[in-house]
Amino acid sequence: MADSIGKGQDFEAALAHTPAQVAEFEDHTDSLISRLQHALHQTPSLVPLIVLLMSILIFGLLLGSKFFSPFALTLILQQVQIVGIVAAAQSLVILTAGIDLSVGAIMVLSSVVMGQFAFRYGLPPGIAVFCGLVCGTLCGFINGFLVARVKLPPFIVTLGMWQIVLATNFLYSANETIRAQDIEAQAPLLQFFGNKINIGGAIFTFGVIFMILLVLVLAYVLRHTAWGRHVYAVGDDPEAAELSGVNVKRTLISVYMLSGLICAFAGWALIGRIGSVSPTSGQLANIESITAVVIGGISLFGGRGSVLGTLFGALIVGVFTLGLRLLGADAQWTYLLIGVLIIAAVAVDQWIRKVSA
Amino acid sequence: MKKHLLAASAALALAAAFAVPASAQDNTIACLITKTDTNPFFVKMKEGAAAKAEELGIELKSFAGKIDGDHETQVQAIETCIADGAKGILLTASDTSSIVSSVQQARDAGMLVIALDTPLDPIDAADATFATDNFKAGELIGQWAAATLGDEAANAKIAMLDLAVSQPTVGVLRDQGFLQGFGIDLGDPNKWGDETDPRIVGHDVTSGNEEGGRKAMENLLATDPMINVVYTINEPAAAGAYEALKAIGRENDVLIVSVDGGCPGVRNVAEGIIGATSQQYPLLMASKGIEAIAQFAKDGTKPQPTEGKDFFDTGVALVTDKPADGVPSISVKEGMDLCWG
Repeated sequence: MADSIGKGQDFEAALAHTPAQVAEFEDHTDSLISRLQHALHQTPSLVPLIVLLMSILIFGLLLGSKFFSPFALTLILQQVQIVGIVAAAQSLVILTAGIDLSVGAIMVLSSVVMGQFAFRYGLPPGIAVFCGLVCGTLCGFINGFLVARVKLPPFIVTLGMWQIVLATNFLYSANETIRAQDIEAQAPLLQFFGNKINIGGAIFTFGVIFMILLVLVLAYVLRHTAWGRHVYAVGDDPEAAELSGVNVKRTLISVYMLSGLICAFAGWALIGRIGSVSPTSGQLANIESITAVVIGGISLFGGRGSVLGTLFGALIVGVFTLGLRLLGADAQWTYLLIGVLIIAAVAVDQWIRKVSA
Repeated sequence: MKKHLLAASAALALAAAFAVPASAQDNTIACLITKTDTNPFFVKMKEGAAAKAEELGIELKSFAGKIDGDHETQVQAIETCIADGAKGILLTASDTSSIVSSVQQARDAGMLVIALDTPLDPIDAADATFATDNFKAGELIGQWAAATLGDEAANAKIAMLDLAVSQPTVGVLRDQGFLQGFGIDLGDPNKWGDETDPRIVGHDVTSGNEEGGRKAMENLLATDPMINVVYTINEPAAAGAYEALKAIGRENDVLIVSVDGGCPGVRNVAEGIIGATSQQYPLLMASKGIEAIAQFAKDGTKPQPTEGKDFFDTGVALVTDKPADGVPSISVKEGMDLCWG
């Protein structure tokens, strides 16, 4: 920094002898705890990563190769892929200090549109999938429009949309399942995300790969593009963002649309995962996605956290679920521990916040 | 604003005009209250009730909860029926114990209340219960699985894919019926999970859908990859379990059995994805229910339970194209003719 200033124009020469250090958050106390606190504040995905690694380690020690095998570990990825994708969409919305309760419903409706367009109307699978993606984006647009333009609270908007979309889903599909075998025979493209790659016992479905790529791309976009920074700014303080030239309304609408689109992709991945098109799937995806986001360390108050953390959050839930089942624990224990994790995650979030207070 | 009001009141008047039947005669009114309007099982139930009501000249009013578990709306529906002076109610309760006080009000008002498909808690809170014998449904697939395996049944490795951790009665009855049919000691027959037979690899819950079925199957396969018999609470769960087995290439050497008899499920039996399924008959439950209300309206007689049971058994049949010795079954073709959804 000092160098570049030195080589600058002449009137800046006077600056050459001034302290070169830029203003920064200095860490005055040297205690271990406060250093840790500082590190956690700088890298919000660190907490869930540590919890994830520790839980893998603990279950690995308890269960041995049954759990610590490429097969079981990639099975966890497969089990969390749907929630992981939906949670990525949820992360975007929560970063803007919003919440999207309609994610699961949009996912299911999109998958139903893909299935019914291909089977009821006989459209080519590619077009049917495209229509499903458009359907998800459109639902997202309505959410975004109502939040940004009509200025309704996101909670209310998406609470309403959740019911509207779910009812539409049931009415439109007549709650009919399209069987896996029919899809396989006539429209295998719908099951695209169910394809898999086997690497030495580790099984990666296209859905899992999509989830990981999606999270990496979103993490990059959020950190390194103007749009990404705008999303954080809008979530942190919409008025300040507005004053500094961010088009808050357009950013919000784009976030909800992208969220809807990602949910539609989740719907496509869902067909790959369960084989069939089932209007009753994914009923709890909204709650599960919020769980992953919260455990992943994204603040429900907006503007803070990383989408990588969300992926770790979803994986933590997956590790607990499979680990406890393999230990032979009653399924209720999983719910209990996930509940503890949610509260602990928010407590840690509050504790980290103190560093900036 | 005024325009809006005008439009709104016009719409209301129009709605009222439609709601009140044109011929306000002394019709016998029957109410059908189901859990939801969307589950094909209840859709079929409504069809059966409507057809029979039409035939007998009864006026049918249908109500349904918004979602499964929507107790509030069902209570409202019962109150509406009482206010309406209905002769009888056919009820599929979402909350089998909480609904009892409302049901009592209806009975006090001189109505016949018949529980369809789901018994109330206690079962005699309703005048009668028309339902599938869920224990029998489970028993049939258990017997079929044991007979099909033959001597190998002694070394079976069984996965149990149940409904929910809260152990609702329908899930427990099917599960325990299956185990009894297969020849396994039950422990407490009112709950699953307390059996000690080493042939049971484990129980997991599916929510009765494909996604849950797949996940539960994966969990149990991770416990023991050599599972060769899979009990499933219903056919969507079975379809999910099949996907999990296919993913590890074991779809052809595992026996899957299920309960319900929905059309996609029966087609899966035809293709050998499900070995056998126990079929239940929602249409029959509803039409028998309407007949009972008509009878009650005429001379006040109440329906009697099937002999030896505390409910009226609407029957169950095993659907399979691979009949096993000593286990009565019907063919897939017959099953297709009777399937629902």
